[in-house]
Amino acid sequence: MTAAQAHSAAELRTAEPAGPPWHGFGRLLQAEWTKIRSVQSTVWSLLAFVVVAVGFSTLIATVISHDWNAPGNHPNHAELLADPTAVIFGAGLGLGQLAICVLGVIVITSEYSSGTIRASLLAVPKRIPMLAAKALVFAAIDLVASAVAVFAVFFISTAILRSHVSITLSQPGVTRAVIGAVVYLTVLGLFALAIGGLIRHTAGAIAIVIATVIVVPPLVGLIPGTIANHVHGYLPTVAGQLVAQTSQQPGDVTSGWQGFGVFCAWTAVLLAACGWLLVRRDA
Amino acid sequence: MLGRVNRPGNTGAVGRGTARGQTPGLIEAHELTKRFGDKVAVDHLSFTVEPGRVTGFLGPNGAGKSTTMRLICGLDRPDAGTAAIGGLAYHQLARPLATVGALLEARSAHPGRGARNHLLFLAQTQGFPARRADEVIDLVGLRDAARKRVGGFSLGMTQRLGIAAAMLGDPRVLLLDEPGNGLDPEGIRWVRTFMRQLAAEGRTVLVSSHLMSEMSVTADHLIVIGRGKLIADASTQEFIQRSSERSVLVRTPDPARLRKLITAEGGTVASEDSADGVASLAVTGIAAPRIGELAASASVVLHELTPRVASLEEAFMELTADSVEFGDASAGAGGANRGAR
Ligand SMILES: Nc1ncnc2c1ncn2[C@@H]1O[C@H](COP(=O)(O)OP(=O)(O)O)[C@@H](O)[C@H]1O
Ligand SMILES: [Mg+2]
Repeated sequence: MTAAQAHSAAELRTAEPAGPPWHGFGRLLQAEWTKIRSVQSTVWSLLAFVVVAVGFSTLIATVISHDWNAPGNHPNHAELLADPTAVIFGAGLGLGQLAICVLGVIVITSEYSSGTIRASLLAVPKRIPMLAAKALVFAAIDLVASAVAVFAVFFISTAILRSHVSITLSQPGVTRAVIGAVVYLTVLGLFALAIGGLIRHTAGAIAIVIATVIVVPPLVGLIPGTIANHVHGYLPTVAGQLVAQTSQQPGDVTSGWQGFGVFCAWTAVLLAACGWLLVRRDA
Repeated sequence: MLGRVNRPGNTGAVGRGTARGQTPGLIEAHELTKRFGDKVAVDHLSFTVEPGRVTGFLGPNGAGKSTTMRLICGLDRPDAGTAAIGGLAYHQLARPLATVGALLEARSAHPGRGARNHLLFLAQTQGFPARRADEVIDLVGLRDAARKRVGGFSLGMTQRLGIAAAMLGDPRVLLLDEPGNGLDPEGIRWVRTFMRQLAAEGRTVLVSSHLMSEMSVTADHLIVIGRGKLIADASTQEFIQRSSERSVLVRTPDPARLRKLITAEGGTVASEDSADGVASLAVTGIAAPRIGELAASASVVLHELTPRVASLEEAFMELTADSVEFGDASAGAGGANRGAR
């Protein structure tokens, strides 16, 4: 209780040099990194994402390759030729993205369910820098995991399908689509994080995010008419996923990057709302 | 013992975490008010907490102690009023953990995270060296559990971790919400000694409790609240004196005449019971010797004349019962405050 403390007291009190507003932001990034890596559930979710994405894509590609010359019609053959990445990414990343949604939500809701938010906000009472650091660190982790998963899915699937169809990064639109899949998954994590921060309860937030990603789009898609078609096209993940297509398809309301811009706008608005409420609500 | 602390008036590094011209470490609540729906949890509460002593923050469960502490450290937003530490609102502190350490009532660590990592991330937010986490772990005696997950901790260990987090920045001000919760008697003694030591070093220590008995041996000063309102603000000494001088038990076969004598002197009389023609009266406002003199001068027979030394617990119950009974706490609070100041 004695000596251990004495020598650092002065050091802790050293005056803070006046600096720009982002001064000290680096240490918040460091703290958020410590938070994320020190809880096993986040580490497991990331692993689950990569394993599910790669495993499922491999399975689908294997099945397609195996049945290539089987009798009957194969709608995915034409699709593979028209938009190879949509088929390759569709299955594995379509499922794997749910792990990213869950992870994005729990990165922030676990602070509320565990009470860590109180410790965090005592340390960073201005609050917004804490949210910004958390979003940045999580986005960086999400980006790396997504890049690993997307490139693995792409190279494994194309290798399996090579004897039937040749798909390479040098074909028009393919590289854009692969990079598009990575950035889509990165922004999806932030989208989920923002909803987690707004709802503050794990189960409720996960339900809302999953509904937004996989339940609402097909339902809206069922409504006939051009207005409904436009609404559908501007739904966050419908728009966001266009950038992972090799080429624009008939019926797409926007181009790939435009759609991605729409998704980013949704995410930015939700993050801003999250920050706005964070400084106004009781912790 | 716990490292250097800049005492009030001692310049040096004091400038940081203190507004110009303010006493470092002084906690000031001004007309703090917090509502949850219709419920007024904290009601125009004003008080100051001085450095260099342990200030007990007392009130029955639901009085608003925890809410007040959350308001002071900026976790809850007040509906009205302000709270300041060294003249600054909590969110204005540049490195808050180096100024204020808070142990809150509710759990504030992730069950899946190791104790050391919890302290490490907090240290990192402030730019403290990582070894600071180890130092406070040793300080609270959690070294063996440092790498264990918080989810497996007993209530007492969780409380120790909370104290470690509060001490991370070697703060000048400590807010401890029911720190004895979940601790065994040995742990409670440890916390008590610890708080006294922190205050002796010149720090400000505000510690809440719903148990008067605990506070009477720990606190130098008491702030008592009930239903979110201030009931008393006095030194523990004063509080004990005031409480124990509150009433004198008088037994007499002639209550009517004695009552007249006492009320003529400005005292008040409450009859408690009577048996075998002898009435028991509780007299307040006049000391026992004077009651004896009055009785003697009028030849009123007394069977008993006993200054009542109420226990602190009784005094506390009586005080807070007022605030509950009357609904309007100011009726009880006014009387109590008059005695205190
Ligand atoms: N977050 C909250 N939402 C609604 N009511 C609350 C909340 N926090 C406290 N209260 C209410 O405010 C009152 C004061 O509570 P609290 O500050 O915890 O008292 P104490 O710590 O003195 O026991 C209680 O009636 C409690 O039910
Ligand atoms: Mg409480």
